[in-house]
Amino acid sequence: MTRAINLRIGAGLVLVLTVAALLSLVWTPYDYTVLSVTQKFRPPSADHWLGTDQLGRDVVSLLMAASVNSLAVAFISVGIGGSIGTALGLTASAFGGWVETVIMRVADLGFAFPALLFAIMLAAAFGPSLTNAILAIAFINVPIFTRVARGAANQIWTRDYVLAGRAAGASQFSLTIDHVLPNISATLIVQATIEFAVAILAEAALSYLGLGAQPPMPSWGRMLNEAQTLMYLAPQLAIYPGLCIIAAVLGFGLLGDGLRDISDPRLARARA
Amino acid sequence: MIEAENISVAFGEAEALRRVSLSLRPGERLGLVGESGSGKSMLGLALMGMLPEAAQMTGRLAIDGHDLSRATDNEWRDMRARKVAMIFQEPMMALNPLRRVGDTVMEPLRLHLGLSKSDARRRALELFEETGIQEPEEKLRQYPHELSGGQRQRVLIALALACDPGILIADEPTTALDAHVALRITDLLTRLARDRGMVLVFISHDLAAVARTVETVAVMYGGEIVEKGPVAQVLSDPRHPYTKGLLHARPTITGGELRKRLPMIPGNVPALADLPHGCRFSGRCSVELPQCAEVRPALLGIGGLRACACHHVPEVVE
Repeated sequence: MTRAINLRIGAGLVLVLTVAALLSLVWTPYDYTVLSVTQKFRPPSADHWLGTDQLGRDVVSLLMAASVNSLAVAFISVGIGGSIGTALGLTASAFGGWVETVIMRVADLGFAFPALLFAIMLAAAFGPSLTNAILAIAFINVPIFTRVARGAANQIWTRDYVLAGRAAGASQFSLTIDHVLPNISATLIVQATIEFAVAILAEAALSYLGLGAQPPMPSWGRMLNEAQTLMYLAPQLAIYPGLCIIAAVLGFGLLGDGLRDISDPRLARARA
Repeated sequence: MIEAENISVAFGEAEALRRVSLSLRPGERLGLVGESGSGKSMLGLALMGMLPEAAQMTGRLAIDGHDLSRATDNEWRDMRARKVAMIFQEPMMALNPLRRVGDTVMEPLRLHLGLSKSDARRRALELFEETGIQEPEEKLRQYPHELSGGQRQRVLIALALACDPGILIADEPTTALDAHVALRITDLLTRLARDRGMVLVFISHDLAAVARTVETVAVMYGGEIVEKGPVAQVLSDPRHPYTKGLLHARPTITGGELRKRLPMIPGNVPALADLPHGCRFSGRCSVELPQCAEVRPALLGIGGLRACACHHVPEVVE
């Protein structure tokens, strides 16, 4: 089954990441908040699998704790942005006419905002914080889900079972909840998985710029930033979080792609 | 009870229905026949208030005495299910693949009649039994893909009947079904209309199914009713040239031998935008008179309960 290869690799990476994140909530090899001057810049060893950083913290523990941050930010921001976007897209599709035009044009406007720029704007206005980073990432997800939900919903509205529901006296609202939403959920889940990858990358970028997770909260992006000045001294400190980001983005990206192939077999065959 | 007077439906310049009048009393069963594009489905949708948004309807339409000529969406939603319901051509497509069919049928019961979940379930079970669904208890819990075409159509009939509508519009309900399943469905529709005293509007191009199901038939062409009357009389003694052509185009076995080639009506149904000014059938008619292309024949009584719109068929005043 080579066809599902991207799904398998993606699911595997996501699984490892999720397990590591959940595990870090109850157990990490070392307490990553404890600093130790004597232990700094240790090479990988049996005690410290990936060594220690400039403050003597265990890198494995830091990476594990940071994964929680990445996943939580991605989950919350895609959740918020996806819900609002989906609701807007369904509304546009259900009403049509000028309502649809207005919503979709506003969504187009939302696409014009680069996420980073928007986050910098938020940070400038309200100060840099993880909450603002989440809001910024959620914001860029809104127009994406508006478009996807509206496009998929418009197709469902033409189905005979919607017609039959209407003939049985159902309102636009109950048709949307009972028929349209369940039938576009596969599309939405695929989109959400892909946006997860984007959100993880965005969180890393914002944290790298100091606009996301604030110290002492561990974050891959911030670890990259801190390692930057030590590039010649300890390049591995930049490489580890970088690899984690790659693994997470690749994992969710492949998983989303794989899910899409399953939900739309025609697409998979066309691509193969 | 349906009273429709001079219903016209237009898409801009193009007229999809032109001055169609109908009057149906409880228990009456009307067949609408005609080729694709003759306006029969459009008439069905007009009676449901479910015309496409681009369509403009004029004329008077009343259901059970309620004037619906200018009804809003909300008024129509109230009418649907309670007064007038519809079943569709493709039972495969008309059920949400992700919902148990029981939930689909229970929805209008809960929505319109405000029944509790257990009452709605009981009622859905009764409806399944009434529509002849085997093992109804089990079927309630199944998804559309687990049912056969005939069973799905029965589920859709149960859905349509959920709120005891006085009118059922069946838009080609048997076209997608096997012949023997189709027979059972038409018999079911006939029985339901009779038992419930329900108006049945049966839209089909299958003349045999129509003959079996309805009492009155209206033959449609180019958005107009061209001939109307008791089904046995119209089918055995057609008066309008179009009806004659339609009947001739059926495969029949004569002298124990299937005719090799079916006779057909020359030409195609013209597009809505370029229908002829006079009789809509002019240009394809085999007995065309000079005035046919210019003067539109009115639907006139021709004796008994019959009516015909043709310059060849003289009006009979009784």
